[in-house]
Amino acid sequence: MIVAVASGKGGTGKTTVAVNMARVLGSDVQLLDCDVEEPNAHLFLKGAALKEETACIPIPEVDESLCDGCGECGRFCEYKAIVSFGAKPIVFPDMCHGCGGCMKVCPRKAIREVDRRVGVVETARSGNITLIQGRLDVGEAMAPPLIRAVKARLRNGTPAILDAPPGTSCPVITTVRGADFVVLVTEPTPFGLHDLRLAVDMVRELRIPFGVVVNRVGIGDDRVHAYCRGEDIPVLLEIPDDRRIAEAYSRGNLIVDALPEYQGLFRGLTETTLELRKSREA
Amino acid sequence: MKIVFTTSGDNLSAPLDTRFGRAPKFLVYDLDGGTFEVLDNRQNLNAAQGAGVQSAEIVARTGAQALVSGHCGPKAFRVLSAAGVKIFTSEAATVAEALEHYRAGKLTEAGSADVEGHWV
Repeated sequence: MIVAVASGKGGTGKTTVAVNMARVLGSDVQLLDCDVEEPNAHLFLKGAALKEETACIPIPEVDESLCDGCGECGRFCEYKAIVSFGAKPIVFPDMCHGCGGCMKVCPRKAIREVDRRVGVVETARSGNITLIQGRLDVGEAMAPPLIRAVKARLRNGTPAILDAPPGTSCPVITTVRGADFVVLVTEPTPFGLHDLRLAVDMVRELRIPFGVVVNRVGIGDDRVHAYCRGEDIPVLLEIPDDRRIAEAYSRGNLIVDALPEYQGLFRGLTETTLELRKSREA
Repeated sequence: MKIVFTTSGDNLSAPLDTRFGRAPKFLVYDLDGGTFEVLDNRQNLNAAQGAGVQSAEIVARTGAQALVSGHCGPKAFRVLSAAGVKIFTSEAATVAEALEHYRAGKLTEAGSADVEGHWV
């Protein structure tokens, strides 16, 4: 079972929900921080770092002696990362998405792949949680390949919780694609609602079952709830606007550790998610 | 010899566009015949990435030997240089004025990109 925690809006509490959900599960769980531009799940988890691996994407390297300048590589590349007109192709590594297409279409087999580093994948262990996080190099644009490298560490048979980046573009799609269920975290404000609608459109497009967690209930208005009712979207959990939660967060503590009375709420979220998943399968 | 100008219009009195990669149109002027044609570049105006590279490709395919624009970024510069297209930057208001400056030898050839990518 793979659950992705996503949101349109940033700062709604995705990481908070993901780490607390993982902790109350009690048994062995993988937590994947796919917000590779700013991974922060580790800040809530005290534990030992296990390893750090370099993540690369394959980029083309042209053997000038074999290239006859036919230009097939440049015509194929959607991203204009390789161009050629009658001479040796020019490669722009920072624009290459690493699809390998240019190498495949080259009739002279003049292109081979070389690694270009985009970031690191770090693994750590904290109690029942194995944390795997991507850390994109500063200035690097290619988040999706690093997210795929993080997801390549998913272990069959172990439940996994994926902490997605905010938004609805490529890095988010790369994270939630293949998940069994998506938890969308929002807040009851006009801003939360606006971006929740975008996120709902995204998961519907991907045809993944989903539900909503409303964080900081008590602030704002009731339009998020009205929207969920109207759209028949299950509200999986409501986290109250409790100052003590903010205080625990500000110290980097888990809600379920600092405020044990909330353990039931997060257990309920996990159970509801599992039940919804089962009912969709039935 | 052909020379390409970036523009938003359809004729010589149209403004010279200061952008290269995301210029709406290219005016290809034939210095020998005194004729010109206009190429649409709208697809690159909206490209997610690679606008400069693809625009440079379009210019190279016209067979032009020179380009006159407001600015030119690093990737476009590399492609144009590789294709043997000389790059001139100009602050002329119109294509006609830039052409006049070119003919008078008042434009200097750019030795490198004069702006970063995505500078607009």
